[in-house]
Amino acid sequence: MTNQQLPFDSSAAQKRCLKYRKRILEVSQQVSALHGAGAFSAIELVDCIYNNLMRQSSDKKDPGRKSPDTFLMSKGHGCMSQYVVLEDLGILSRMDLDLYCKSGGILGCHPDYGNPGIEASTGSLGHGMGLATGMAYAEQKIHQRDGVIYMVLSDGEFQEGSTWEAMMMAANLEIGNLVAIMDHNGYQSFGKTSETHPGFYPILAKVESFGWEVAECNGHDSEAIYTAVKQRRGSKPLMLIANTIKGKGVSFMENQPIWHYRSPNPVEFELAMTELKGVVA
Amino acid sequence: MRNAFADVIYEIGQEDSRICALVADISPAGSIVKFREQFPGRFINTGVAEQAMIGIAAGLALKGMRPFCYTIATFSLYRPFEMIRVDLCYQNLPVTVIGMGAGVIYSTLGGTHHSMEDVAVAGAIPNMTVLAPCDPAEMRLMTRWCATQSKGPVYMRLGKAGEPDLTAKAVDDFKVGKIRYLQRGTDIALVSYGVSVAMAMKAAAKLEALGKSVSVLSCHTIKPLDRAGVEQMLASHKQVAVIEEHVPHGGLGSRIKEIAWESKAKCCLETFSLKDEFIHCYGTHDEILSAHGLNVEKILERLL
Repeated sequence: MTNQQLPFDSSAAQKRCLKYRKRILEVSQQVSALHGAGAFSAIELVDCIYNNLMRQSSDKKDPGRKSPDTFLMSKGHGCMSQYVVLEDLGILSRMDLDLYCKSGGILGCHPDYGNPGIEASTGSLGHGMGLATGMAYAEQKIHQRDGVIYMVLSDGEFQEGSTWEAMMMAANLEIGNLVAIMDHNGYQSFGKTSETHPGFYPILAKVESFGWEVAECNGHDSEAIYTAVKQRRGSKPLMLIANTIKGKGVSFMENQPIWHYRSPNPVEFELAMTELKGVVA
Repeated sequence: MRNAFADVIYEIGQEDSRICALVADISPAGSIVKFREQFPGRFINTGVAEQAMIGIAAGLALKGMRPFCYTIATFSLYRPFEMIRVDLCYQNLPVTVIGMGAGVIYSTLGGTHHSMEDVAVAGAIPNMTVLAPCDPAEMRLMTRWCATQSKGPVYMRLGKAGEPDLTAKAVDDFKVGKIRYLQRGTDIALVSYGVSVAMAMKAAAKLEALGKSVSVLSCHTIKPLDRAGVEQMLASHKQVAVIEEHVPHGGLGSRIKEIAWESKAKCCLETFSLKDEFIHCYGTHDEILSAHGLNVEKILERLL
């Protein structure tokens, strides 16, 4: 059932993530706004969840849908990172991504429940934690199944009170099958979080004090992500704080707030693709 | 009504293992305690955290459960409004949100506990069904319907306790989506929902004593509204009065006026509601309503 690989194949993960970044850049040329930087920071996280952590069905035709595990993209604006993985897994088609945000297409800037591979509608921040808590509770405590709920959240979402409400409940309910990964890229629309919202830190101690198991890793090191999740004790929900770089992979996009929304123009696109092509994975 | 609701939840919880009860720190009444004791896994108290209550309910529904969320109306609907809109309505999940003590029933608790615009707020959201039973019997049937339907989210506006039985001799059976004649007359139709149906009944008795033939209708399904039934009611009475414990805009009165205009109704149409004002006075439920012009005497004054 599981596609767990030992030893971890870092080279394969790097190749996939490079491919995903290029594909996101390609799709970016269809639209003026794409939230590309926030997708780039989460690529290794989403890749690792789908390709290394979630158990895949033996049904090759429809792998993700049949997984006993669930993925929830709480930072809905980062969904391009999910779409390219779903395309790679054959759950979304190439046509689906080619029609991104276009008339006749099914995919927009935020995930919609009902689309292939999309388990919940997100886009408004601060909703994922409640949804995931309910899903994890149903799986483990009501249905008594072994499904794991994996979720990627933005760091900005932890400014929503609803995230903390649900985190307290997740701890109360003792759901050890919830794996939340914070894409801690340190930037939000308005700027650098440590400057705009210094009270946000220290984050790890806050989460731990809410009754969660915590871990921290480099969010662009696929093996580190994998290991941190696999080493969890499993009696409490896990929060993995994945330290990432917004815009990771394209030097001029990294840590520049403007790239939170906008798509590269044709010249910038060529520059970015050239840079990615130079990467040897 | 509150206790009857708890009884029904306990009953359907025994019949259907998908039924979950979520509360936000509201003291468990009557049979809710039995539900919690018998089905501890399907009972969740989120504490004073209504956004978590709705979000978790949505997550449960996404995994096949049929949750009921239960607390005082202002906190079940207003506080977690965006979770209701996005998690429940946008995703169209079969979750029932119960608004206890809706309207101004919590008369002495002040404006923070009055839900005077809940029908407008809930009814504005696509996919949402809005229900308001007039008595415990109607509430039982309605709750059973909520537990078995798969169409999407429901907001159910409930009273508190001690509502009289108003539907034992009803002309029509209860059917979600159909306006219900409790008694049928030819001169005046009094249409209402929820606890205000009792006021309509009292007004009807006075009007009948004065020689009028009066219909009383429970419009328990405010959304989707029974348009054909409303048109028929408007066409078959000389006078129609809408009575609701709700602000004047966005409630049943507004909707029936729309239908009256569109269907070129000939009857005289009166609406009785709360004022478009917050309530800053105290007293019994009836005293609060009277201060806003909602009582039998005011209704008779305008209809006669």
